Amino acid sequence: MSVLTTNILVPHGREESWRFTPLNRLKGLHDGSAAIAEHRSLSMHSEVTPGVSFERISRELLPSLSTTDDAVMNRVREFSLDVAVLKIAANTEVSSPIHLSRKTFDLNAAEFSRVLIHVGSNARATVILANTGDTLLAEEIEFKVESGAHLTFVTLQEWDSKTVHVGKHHAIVDKDAMFKSITVTIGGSVVRLLPTVEFTGPGADAELIGVYFATAGQFFEHRIFVDHCVPNAKSRVNFKGALSGDKAHTVWIGDVFIRANAEGTDTYELNRNLLLTDGARADSVPNLEIETGEIVGAGHASTTGRFDDEQLFYLMSRGISVEDARRLVVRGFFAEIITEIADSEIQDRLMQRIDDELVKAGA
Amino acid sequence: MSTLEIRNLQVSVNTETGAVEILKGVDLTIKSGETHAIMGPNGSGKSTLAYSIAGHPKYTITGGSVTLDGADVLDMSVDERAKAGLFLAMQYPVEVPGVSVSNFLRTAATALRGEAPKLRTWVTEVKDAMDALSIDPSFAQRNVNEGFSGGEKKRHEIMQLELLKPKIAILDETDSGLDVDALRIVSEGVNRAKDANNLGVLLITHYTRILRYIKPDFVHVFANGKVVEAGGPELADKLEAQGYAEYVGS
Repeated sequence: MSVLTTNILVPHGREESWRFTPLNRLKGLHDGSAAIAEHRSLSMHSEVTPGVSFERISRELLPSLSTTDDAVMNRVREFSLDVAVLKIAANTEVSSPIHLSRKTFDLNAAEFSRVLIHVGSNARATVILANTGDTLLAEEIEFKVESGAHLTFVTLQEWDSKTVHVGKHHAIVDKDAMFKSITVTIGGSVVRLLPTVEFTGPGADAELIGVYFATAGQFFEHRIFVDHCVPNAKSRVNFKGALSGDKAHTVWIGDVFIRANAEGTDTYELNRNLLLTDGARADSVPNLEIETGEIVGAGHASTTGRFDDEQLFYLMSRGISVEDARRLVVRGFFAEIITEIADSEIQDRLMQRIDDELVKAGA
Repeated sequence: MSTLEIRNLQVSVNTETGAVEILKGVDLTIKSGETHAIMGPNGSGKSTLAYSIAGHPKYTITGGSVTLDGADVLDMSVDERAKAGLFLAMQYPVEVPGVSVSNFLRTAATALRGEAPKLRTWVTEVKDAMDALSIDPSFAQRNVNEGFSGGEKKRHEIMQLELLKPKIAILDETDSGLDVDALRIVSEGVNRAKDANNLGVLLITHYTRILRYIKPDFVHVFANGKVVEAGGPELADKLEAQGYAEYVGS
């Protein structure tokens, strides 16, 4: 068992990056009090095809590619047993999605997991990570998307009700490469994800989209950061959330930083929240910091609202019950993002889960 | 045989400065197979009448009654009114993002018929309804009213009228924003629905143009929140010649 060798500052909740997170529900992931699990929950389900490899490498041999001041991520780097590495060789086109999953493990011991997904130059792949069951997990997933490569990463938080999951999903996107992530969070007790992007070459492109649906007592946080540190890169962020039930709480932070040298930047971020009942709370904080005016565009929008009475009236005037009308509107609200997942079975499964959550919540 | 009876209907809306009375005692009786045109100047309360009968939450009923074959319509929820046999073709149909026309129509038909229509016959039914209104088949996959042109929205409303087969339909300025060809296509749809289901129609319009295609049995002039004159089709000719000046100045 590792001994604490670095001096990691423990967050207390007053820090900007922790101010919304219920630290008392993190089961010790943040302060070192959690027992460290011996298991590795990540597995791959797809056949290994030429140019694709999945292996575990000693963490001493493979330090993290990015810097972080996040206390939980520093613990991940300290305590992970090894690094799971999914590698797609240069010029490899992987035709069907690569499926990864995590399933139920111990809720009393924390898994600290490091993952690297490395896509070589001009390679193309889609990776789908499905999370189910209940577990206690801190993970750092890094993506290295080399020049001209395209990676689509789908992460599905379909947890049961007790999971505590803290993760950073950090993409390093090189010249003319494209990184797209689709983040779906519809299960768990506390889920805090940090989808972040760092560009390392001009012409790089990142699209981060996602949906979340929190019901009574659930806390889901998505804290996005896109660092425009090179010229002529493009980023798009679009997250949609619905909330239903007492003390359902979501947080969306969209930080975009356009550095002085990032001329020609084109960025837009959007967050929309649908409050289905009283007693729920959606925090939405877009934040754009611009150090150069020589850009193509930079914008953001954030809305939080209730059901549109006109939409419900229109549907009901055709005989559709209020429950079915709400279900249609919520499904429609999420469809824009869910239909981007190139797997109709997963689309159906997620829509069914959303329907089930709606019924459970009695919204 | 169905009868929609509107008796002394009074309706107000809440505004920032308090409740404003819009309908000031409307009396109308519409029976199956009859077509009633309601004509009046802008702001006379014609649309309020339509939306109040359909149950829009914005309007408060302050007096009077609306019954369909004796059943109290005002006591019904919006979907119950549709199930009872009322239909409102809206002047401004609402966009519903992410919900396809095909899914919407099937959900509505399932709700109104009490069971899901059999897939094979349903597909044919929808295709025929779309063909009859010169609607492109790709329409079914588009989101409800999203990005529709004015004419497409109106055709979509009348397609629903034909598919959902109500007893009484209220058409709220269905003619507005239509060119001559679209007006003819939409009117033919209304006439088909009348013939097929012995539909009773309450046709709300500002202009007499649509009455060349959909022949009214009765014409009612609406001004200042009530019916001020009633007659046969010849009343429309008089309005065509003289306008509404006689009714609004007073």
